[in-house]
Order: sequence, then C-alpha cells, then structure tokens
Amino acid sequence: MATDIATLRDGTGALVRDNRHAVSPGLWVLAWRRLTSDTVGMVALAIVAAFILMMILSGAGLLAGDWNREVGVNYAPPSFVDVEAPATATQQTITTTETAPAGTEYKSTIVDPIGDVIEKLKGGKAESPPAAVQPGAAEEKSVDPLADVMADIRAGKGVGAAVKPEERKATLPLGGDKWGRDVLKKTIKGSETSIFVGLASAAVATFLGTLFGALAGYYGKWIDDFFNWFYSVFSSIPYLLLILAVAAVLQQKGMLTIILILGLTGWTGVFRLIRAEYLKHKSREYVQAADAIGASNGRRMFIHIFPNISHVVLVQLSILVVAFIKSEVILSFLGFGVPVDVVSWGSMLNEAQNELILGKWWQLVAATVAMATLVTAFSLFTDALRDALDPKLKGRLGA
Amino acid sequence: MAAYIVRRLWQMLPTMLGVILLVFFLFNWVGGDPAYVLAGKISNQEQIDNIRRQLGVDQPYWVQLWIFIKQVVTADFGASWSTNERVSNILMTRLGPSLTVVVPLVIIATIISIGLALAVAYVRGSLTDRAVMIVCTIGLSVSILVYIIVFQYVFAYKLGWFPVQGWGDSFWENLFVYSSLPILIGLVVSIAPELRLYRTFVLDEINQDYVRTARAKGVSENRIMWIHVLRNASIPIITNLMAGIPGLLLGSFLIERFFSIPGIGREVILAVERSDFPVIKAITVYVAFATIATNLLADLTYKAVDPRVQLK
Repeated sequence: MATDIATLRDGTGALVRDNRHAVSPGLWVLAWRRLTSDTVGMVALAIVAAFILMMILSGAGLLAGDWNREVGVNYAPPSFVDVEAPATATQQTITTTETAPAGTEYKSTIVDPIGDVIEKLKGGKAESPPAAVQPGAAEEKSVDPLADVMADIRAGKGVGAAVKPEERKATLPLGGDKWGRDVLKKTIKGSETSIFVGLASAAVATFLGTLFGALAGYYGKWIDDFFNWFYSVFSSIPYLLLILAVAAVLQQKGMLTIILILGLTGWTGVFRLIRAEYLKHKSREYVQAADAIGASNGRRMFIHIFPNISHVVLVQLSILVVAFIKSEVILSFLGFGVPVDVVSWGSMLNEAQNELILGKWWQLVAATVAMATLVTAFSLFTDALRDALDPKLKGRLGA
Repeated sequence: MAAYIVRRLWQMLPTMLGVILLVFFLFNWVGGDPAYVLAGKISNQEQIDNIRRQLGVDQPYWVQLWIFIKQVVTADFGASWSTNERVSNILMTRLGPSLTVVVPLVIIATIISIGLALAVAYVRGSLTDRAVMIVCTIGLSVSILVYIIVFQYVFAYKLGWFPVQGWGDSFWENLFVYSSLPILIGLVVSIAPELRLYRTFVLDEINQDYVRTARAKGVSENRIMWIHVLRNASIPIITNLMAGIPGLLLGSFLIERFFSIPGIGREVILAVERSDFPVIKAITVYVAFATIATNLLADLTYKAVDPRVQLK
C-alpha cells in the first residue's frame, strides 16, 4: 500500500502510463532501468560481481583452497618477467639481504630501515627449529609471540612437506612469496577475507545506523536526544583512533573481532542520514493514513516508511563497504586485524613491505592492483547506484 | 557572541562526559582486569599492586569512574605501563613532531585542492574535468599503505632524494629534511578526496544567480571564481577542513610509523601494540575533546566568513 503511493509519487512516468491500466513500474524497476543504461555503472557492477563470485568460490574451497602450499621456490618470480633464475630456495633470502645496499648515507640519527629487516630474517632463522619449520616463521617482530602458533599451523596442515624441493616451480603466474606460495592464490584468498570483512562489517554498521536513526527520527523527544548524544560522543572520537582503542581492548584477533570493531564504530554516518529521512517522512500523509488504519509504531517505521528510504540505506551500505575494506587493510597491515594464519590484502602488504627492499615487487603489485580494481569498481558502482536511485542528484555528487 | 560561546561550552559537557564514559566502559569493563595485561610486562608484584590501587580495580565501578574523571580533569594519567614515562610528558613531547608534519600539510593541501577545484569546476563536463575526476577516483582506491611503501622505497631508498626515516633536534632540519617526503605523501593522499569534495561545493555555487549577475555586469572570470564563488563555497569547505583536523593529527599515524617520526600517531600504534592503556586512554580522551572544541571553532569561523550566518 505504502509503496504503491510512493511509486506514484516517485515515478512521474508511472502516472502517464496509468490510464492504460498497465502495471506501473516501481522505484526499483525504474532504478534498474536507469542503472542498465549507465555503461560505466554496469561495467563496475560486473567487476564487483566477479570479485564477489570469486569470494564465494574461494570461501567454498573451490578456488585457491591450497594457497598455503609452497609450490614454488622462495620468491619465485612471475612467469611473465624475464629475471635471473632464482638460486636454491633457502639460501636466496640470506644472500639478497646481505648484498642489498645499506641506506646509511644520512646522519647517524637515521635508523637503517633494512637493519630491522635483516634482523627479522636472521631472527626468524635462528628461532626456527632446524628442518621442521621453514625459515622466517617469525615474520612479525624479532620476538614473535605467535611463532609457536605459526609452527603449529604449518605442521598441522603439513605445509612445506607437501611439495618436495625438486618439484618446486622456478616461476609462478604472479610470482611466489617468501615461502614459495603462489601469489595469485594468495591474492584470491586475500580478496575473500578483505571483501567478506568489508561486506559483513558494513552490514553490521548499516543495520545499527538504520535502527538508531529510525528510532531517533521517528520517536523524537528524549529518544532523539539520547541518540543524538550517543552520536556526538561516537563522532567526536576520530574513527581510526576509536578502532585502535577497541582493538587494544579486545585482545583476541579474529575475523569476528574485526567485523565487530568496524561495525560497532562505523554506524554514525548512516545514523545521521537515516534520522533526517525519518524526520522528513514521519509527518507525511501516507504515514498519517497508516496511523488512521491502526498500524502500530513498529509497522509504520519498518513496513511503511522503511521501503521509502531504503535507497539511502543501500547507497550508504556500499559507501561503507569501500571504507571498511580500506580500514581492514590498514588494521591487518598493522597486525591488529586478521590472525596470522589468515591471509588478507593487508597482511600481504605487510609482507610486501620487506620484500620490496629485496627487490621482490610482485606481491605488492598483486595486492595493490586487486584492491584498487575492486575499490574503484565499487566506488563507480556506488555513484551509478546513487544516480539511478535518486535522479535528482545526478551530476551533483562525485564524478 | 560571548553568551553564545558560554552556552556552547556548557552544551559540550554532556558530550565530553559521554566520551569519558565510553572510554571508561571500553577500558575498565570490556578490557577487564589490567593485572592480566600487566602480568606480561611488569614482573614486580608491588608495582602491579600499586597500579591496581591507583586504578581502583578492587573498588566498585563508580569509584573507578571517579578516579578516571579526576585523571582527565587534572591531566594526570600516571605513568605509561611500558616505559614508565609520565603520560602527560609523552603527550607534550609527541605533539610537536605531529604538528610539524600536519600544519604545513593542511595548508598546502587546502590551497592546492581549492585552486584545482575552482579550475576543474570552471571547465565542468569537459575532458579535463572528467580526466581529473577519474584520476582522483583511481588514486583514492589505492591504499595509503601502498603510497607510503612505494614512495619511501623509490624517493628515499632508491633515488636518495630524502632521508629514509628519522628525526632530528633542530626544528628547521625536521621541517625541511625529515618532513618533506611525509608531507609529499600526505599531499598525494589528501588532495584526491578533497578535490572531489570541494569540486561539488563549487559546482553548487557556480550556477547560482549571483554568478550570472556578476558576469552580466562585466566582472572578470578570475574575480568571479576567486572572490564571489569561493567565498560562498567556503562554508562547507571550512566545515570539512575543521572536522578533519583532529583526525589528521592521527591520520598521519601510518606516515609517522614508517618514517619514525616521534608523533602522537606513532605513539598510539606503539601503545596499542604494547597494550599501554593509560597512553591510549589519554590520547583518545584529549583528541576527542580537541574535536569537540574545533567544532565550536568552525561555527565561529562561519560567522567571520559569512555575515549572513546567525549564531543562536
């Protein structure tokens, strides 16, 4: 009922067609038509859909399930690059590190950036039990509290032993990492983590923001005051600081933790917009009509008003997905995100940072390109979605 | 005016109290007994007991809250759990390096963004406009981490144009030697989103009647853009700018970490890595207070920029 009225109001074309008793297209049908006529938006949608399909396949174990296998030699270069054939697997890291020029041309106040890399690599070797674990298990810090965990994980999955040294490939499609794992598979697996965290935490944040916004905007009075106070408290702490503070308090790492951190801290923007929408809609005629036929508050809020503002929610959701994917990458990079046995774009960048100094650029490029492609496509899709759902805005916001 | 400021200051109190409550809830309730955290880093039982007494962990929650409020008001958070340095001392000494990077960054980024936004909005819809917007969108989608890693590697490590990292004692050396690459990276990262946003603000103004009037009476295009349009577009720009400043202080934490700049942001990361709760608590509370204060400052700036604004 409410949607029908809204359709007549929103879709001006619908009124014209109505005299032939044809079914008038609703908001979503019209929006879909506008979206399909937007070439950039459709290409972006296709890319996003491909990434999500990849995430689902990877999550189901059909794709890159064996990313953890060390199929290539250490730092196997990408197949399309014609570089020197890597020497025997384990020795390569040491030689490269030692021959790398030291960046100490500046004054003594400067800390040598490779200094700690070398330390890490050496530390990793020193700590590893001989033969059982591959060198470099302790990758994070010189004293790695998770070294045992890593060792367990690797031993449990039988990693390393799976492929005999002589069977290791000299090159891999997108190169290999420090342990000779396939960067292509790592990128796919990392996409799964990053996209899933982005989608799930955006869903949590949008849900909270919508719920709070609906309550505040619809009921007004002290409920509105309370949620406004809550909003001003949350929004006065800079977002990243709040995330870091929560990460410091929640000691255990894991996908669920990071989804909760991002979701519980990121609802403020959604709240502001949804509250404004509810304020606008609650006194409109169709809500009064719903009141007159005896609809309860909850029914008016979520059955009558919500469909009319759901396009705002959808656009906010996709904006948040992009923001959260970026945040997840930073958090995981810093080591506050996903656990060590889970690969994400952030943890790949963390490894890539040290690899770059050794001249191994492929993991950095793979993670960066994958992330940039998805984020660009998602941003363009969001713009197209916003234009399609709210044609009045067209050309005003963004590119 | 004075009455307005006093009333606004009064209205800040509930928000500040809320921030204190939120931080308290996080660290004293969700965080659990600090003895668990401390057990790993301080072996001296007496010291742990001291801290527990100071925090009042054995006391009921309202006493703990009262202790925390006293700490906030007197700016005395005790000593860091990791380094034993006074927290107030940490805050004071880390502020300078952060500002050395952030202040020039904000000034240069704002000037460039506004200039480009006016130029791009002036030729809106053209190939240049679309090309710049596409570059911005793609530039935005690359993680800040990648910019830092690549720039540090290429410009400092490979080419040697800048020091790889470090920080000195002299202000000028810090500003011109150690801060230049961090500021350059900050510019690359912050201009893209600002330009996109400011362009929409300028576009909102550029089709207004007063622009047509000015053009009709023969005002030069430069004057129209820089005086007429810019002044009207400045309110949303100021809002955005002011709202971003406290975050920037922190937002540069990745840069500070990579370049070993002893600033607030790097301190936060170190504190989170070491579970150094007093430092995180102090920084969170004071940065939040700074945010609330800049909001008021932004409102007062509107009045100065636009006489039509009524402060009520």
